[in-house]
Amino acid sequence: MRTIQAVAWKEIQVYFGTPIAYIVGMIFLALTGIVFAIGVVPSENNPFPEATLDSFFTWTSLFLIFLPPALTMRLLAEEQKLGTIELLLTSPVRDWEVIIGKYTASFVFLLAMLALTLYYPLLLYIFAEPDLGPLYAGYLGLVLYGAAALAIGMLTSTITSNQIVALIVGIGVIGALYVVHFSTDLVGGVASVLIGEIGFQSHYEDFGRGVIDTKHVVYFLSVIAVFLFLAIRSLEFRRWR
Amino acid sequence: MEETQNSDLMIQAMGLTHFYGPRPAIEEVNFGVKRGEILGFLGPNGAGKTTTMRILTGYMPPTEGKVTLADYDVVEQSLEVRKRIGYLPETVPLHTEMPVSSYLKYMGTLRGMPARQIKRRIGDVIEVCRLQDYHKTIIGKLSKGFRQRVGIAQAILHEPEVLVLDEPTIGIDPIQVVETRRLIQDLGKEQTVVLSSHILPEVNMICERVLIIHEGHIVAEDTPGNLAQRLQGVDQLQVEVGGPAQEVLSVLRRVPGVTEVTQRYNQGRNVYIVHVEQGKDLRDEISRAVVSNEWSLLSMQLVSMSLEDIFLRLTTHEEL
Repeated sequence: MRTIQAVAWKEIQVYFGTPIAYIVGMIFLALTGIVFAIGVVPSENNPFPEATLDSFFTWTSLFLIFLPPALTMRLLAEEQKLGTIELLLTSPVRDWEVIIGKYTASFVFLLAMLALTLYYPLLLYIFAEPDLGPLYAGYLGLVLYGAAALAIGMLTSTITSNQIVALIVGIGVIGALYVVHFSTDLVGGVASVLIGEIGFQSHYEDFGRGVIDTKHVVYFLSVIAVFLFLAIRSLEFRRWR
Repeated sequence: MEETQNSDLMIQAMGLTHFYGPRPAIEEVNFGVKRGEILGFLGPNGAGKTTTMRILTGYMPPTEGKVTLADYDVVEQSLEVRKRIGYLPETVPLHTEMPVSSYLKYMGTLRGMPARQIKRRIGDVIEVCRLQDYHKTIIGKLSKGFRQRVGIAQAILHEPEVLVLDEPTIGIDPIQVVETRRLIQDLGKEQTVVLSSHILPEVNMICERVLIIHEGHIVAEDTPGNLAQRLQGVDQLQVEVGGPAQEVLSVLRRVPGVTEVTQRYNQGRNVYIVHVEQGKDLRDEISRAVVSNEWSLLSMQLVSMSLEDIFLRLTTHEEL
């Protein structure tokens, strides 16, 4: 437990001590701020907007294709590049403790980023009377979705010493899980259902409507578990290369 | 080699072989390290020193063979082994964005040291490695020599039973080299130290025993003193001459610099083993002596030079 904490704490210090995480956070806030405004500010197309975060939740799931792998790309790729992985893996730390520790750090940063967006529902609350159910559920959905994307980024960071490769492969995998939902119309029957179930969207949508379905929660937790497991195996495997 | 099943042995390596792709980096390497000993791996670059150390520290498993450290198997009981070692890899990999003392604190926690002990030991190692003025400096801003000190500091932080140092003095300035050697010798009084080097005088100075490793094999094992003696040994030439054996022998013996000549029949041909004084190349003189007697010089080659060859490829003196 102390070693997980040590790994996590070190990475959190790096996150808050280096510009990359601030850049990611800044971009995230700028983008989400714009889509929030689009959703709630009256315009020609939408003269009487509702006091909801629908627009924010829909668009943010798109941003979360790109930002989590940018947070995780460093975590193991850099250790491999610098060679510090040699000291990490020869310390009395288990491979899973390394992965969980680093994952925890990236998750804490994600939570911090999402916490800053609570400013938007706060505005709604002050100036209107939003329905609170979809807000709670929507945020839970975002946290689960983001955490799953981080787990995927974690895996891609273990497979290469090149951060850019880790980032791009991560975006590719998360992006594939994001768009696969739209391809269900191309095939029919069971295949269509199956593809829909694999992708993020069909599981994420309900949260924005204020529905917390155990099925969807289990889905995201499973994705996290599977990719973290693969990341641990990938780290073990690099010893044998 | 060492006798097996000896509890005096801190490290015992048996039949270590490691392949990178189809080529073995090391093959059938056997050695033992006694408790409290300072053992040096000496060999040219690419001989297999780093591979051996990476296996010792549990960074990667050997393709074949077995190593135990304090009677724990490096592969099977890796965690127990890793608790007992301090390791300085050749490239001195450090987290360049961290200040020295936070980095040491991080490494201490990874090694499972209690917070209070970490605090005390950081004070100790900063003093021992003379980092007093730099403990708040970001590692990335330190010079190579100071990074080396930080590397050693993290290796000794948890007072490990075994220190594994891969080329500990490479790339640092001469004054720091002298300091580093003194430090290693001091540490060797309490701890078992395994270090590697490609500098002959360095291992002579620091180590109690030296293993010479070449192309993945251990080719010699001795104390530095004995090795130095073997270095003084004679060079030999194998010469094949078409001519009357007795006369050839006496002519060869008269060549200045030749200490001894023996005759050997090899598939019906006359082959002479010529011992020459160390460091002298008499091939020119010998061939002239043979030809001037109108005998035919059929072949001439250096023999049993493997150890000397290796030494030639080592840095035999320091370039300051």
